[in-house]
Amino acid sequence: MSRQKTERLLSLVVCLLSARRYLTASQIRHAVPGYPDAFDAFKRMFERDKDELRELGIPLETGTNPGSDEEVGYRISPQAYELPEIRLEPDEAAVLGLAARVWRQAELAGAAAGGLLKLRAAGIDAEETTQPGIEPRLQTGEAAFGPLWQAVRDRRPVTFAYQAAGRATPQRRNLEPWGVVNRQGHWYVAGFDLDRGSERVFRLSRIDGPVAFTGPPGSVTVPDGTDVRTLVQAAGSEPRSVRTAVLRIRSGTGYGLRRRANSDQPGQEGWDVVAAPFSDAGWYADYIASFGADVVVVEPVDLREAVIGRLKGALA
Amino acid sequence: MTGRARAGRANRTGTATDRLQRLLALVPYVVSREVVGLAETADAFGVTESELVDDLNMLWCVELRSPDPYCPIDLSYEGGEIVVSQAESMDRPLRLGPDEASALLIGLRMLADLPGPQDKSALRRTIAKLEAAAGEAAAASAKVAVHMDGRAPADVQAQVADAMRQGRRLHLSYYVPGRDEATERDVDPMRLLLLEGRTYLEAWCRSADAVRLFRLDRVLALNVLDIAAEVPDTAEHIDVDSGLFRPSATDVRVELELAEAGQWVADYYPCEQVTELGDGRLKVVLRTPDTRWVRRLALRLGEDGHVTAPADLVQEIEEEATAALAQYA
Repeated sequence: MSRQKTERLLSLVVCLLSARRYLTASQIRHAVPGYPDAFDAFKRMFERDKDELRELGIPLETGTNPGSDEEVGYRISPQAYELPEIRLEPDEAAVLGLAARVWRQAELAGAAAGGLLKLRAAGIDAEETTQPGIEPRLQTGEAAFGPLWQAVRDRRPVTFAYQAAGRATPQRRNLEPWGVVNRQGHWYVAGFDLDRGSERVFRLSRIDGPVAFTGPPGSVTVPDGTDVRTLVQAAGSEPRSVRTAVLRIRSGTGYGLRRRANSDQPGQEGWDVVAAPFSDAGWYADYIASFGADVVVVEPVDLREAVIGRLKGALA
Repeated sequence: MTGRARAGRANRTGTATDRLQRLLALVPYVVSREVVGLAETADAFGVTESELVDDLNMLWCVELRSPDPYCPIDLSYEGGEIVVSQAESMDRPLRLGPDEASALLIGLRMLADLPGPQDKSALRRTIAKLEAAAGEAAAASAKVAVHMDGRAPADVQAQVADAMRQGRRLHLSYYVPGRDEATERDVDPMRLLLLEGRTYLEAWCRSADAVRLFRLDRVLALNVLDIAAEVPDTAEHIDVDSGLFRPSATDVRVELELAEAGQWVADYYPCEQVTELGDGRLKVVLRTPDTRWVRRLALRLGEDGHVTAPADLVQEIEEEATAALAQYA
């Protein structure tokens, strides 16, 4: 079944690629083996085949031959089909192999492998080499990555439920997405929030459930000069005031806290006095609580109370 | 990387259209090389030699019936060498699609944006050539940006890279947050990885006699030793692509109940099991060889999550919280 289909699609591509003029459906039926005799059945199968070829990116053109009054026909223009000439030096081919490896098992891994295969087919020897230096990897564990990539690629608006930090229940959001950005290992989507009428950034891991398209391809216009990278950076760095905490830390412990300290002085009876900067009291209190009985907050009072609250909560 | 991460798609031999893509690439692959071995080609396409022979036969058998019957493709693979003598208009590969062009360009730009002094000229040339060859298909790649800041102290990273170039052993003072300990060890570097926004050194650890990953932002101090690195032949790369935490069956089974505000735990740690308890509460099960970090996690969660099993860990957490509170009395 699948083998016959592969043979038929292959013959169809070869037939249309080598045709110098548009071929009508019935000419194609006569030339390509494997189609049913009944015209309706042929028509249905041919329609599906056309869709499959287009999905592979094969540029199937429709038109009529000049000076003829035949029905509409089909062909594949070699110029539109063929990968343009590309030659890579050995050092260039080597980095191409490394670039494909960035995706490994992430969302576009199959696309990277497919692209590499086409370039190999164009005569490029892209070896999977290792080279000294850093190997970067992208991961796309967030389920929303796939649909949002398609949405930015095809310029389509989307809707999704979003669990904003500090809100009890997810809220429906309608977005014209402009781009996706990975920052410190997390994926974000930036775009125009249709409900709020302004630019917004969303973290993909907080998208709850499916992402649905709400418009056709091409219906989103990204404003000229948009730099999604800057938008995401700006969203993540609201200015915060920095305060100083004074902590008593048991000697030989609390390395995570000492590493960010401004000062670290030996105190009494096996305890050191450490002064360290912090901005988010809630987060810092959680972190201090994780050190248990090895760390005591001396000041400020609100941080001290927050740590006590955490510890009491752990006992509840 | 999260507990609910999906598996990637790796199998490319499955459907009829997957195979069609392979067949369309196969002819130009051979034509551009004039003559090429069966084994080498099978390897490049990720198929067995018999699958490749089946592909070649299918191409050779293509027959168009109209206006006159003819076979557009002629090839042979006698003696293990493939030669295509007639390829009609199939001698060039199909253009890159938007996903293919973007996947490669995003990867290349990430490499070009890596911090460090290495030569980026090959990357810049490759990006320019690929953009030109991909044409319109390259446009979508501009909509994905990746910040390449690995949050590693520049001096640490430079010293590690230097040691790797010279093939030298390193001495590390390394902070292990799960145990709140500064550890001392000698390691033989294998590679540097940038993963989830952090830079890691993969190295043979001479204390553990095993391959370990070290986060560069947790290196407290390091010395490049005047000793040549010796990574044993048996050392294998850590499979970072299937996640950094790999629980094993002998690990301790830990159960946690999380309130809504503690749900992030299910996203950050690989959980064996996640059950909804209603009202936004979750029960999660995870396995770990060392429960010290779970104790620390429970203390930081406070009322947002409680360990419910094993019983000795529950008791440990209570004792620690009680001792900590006593200091404020």
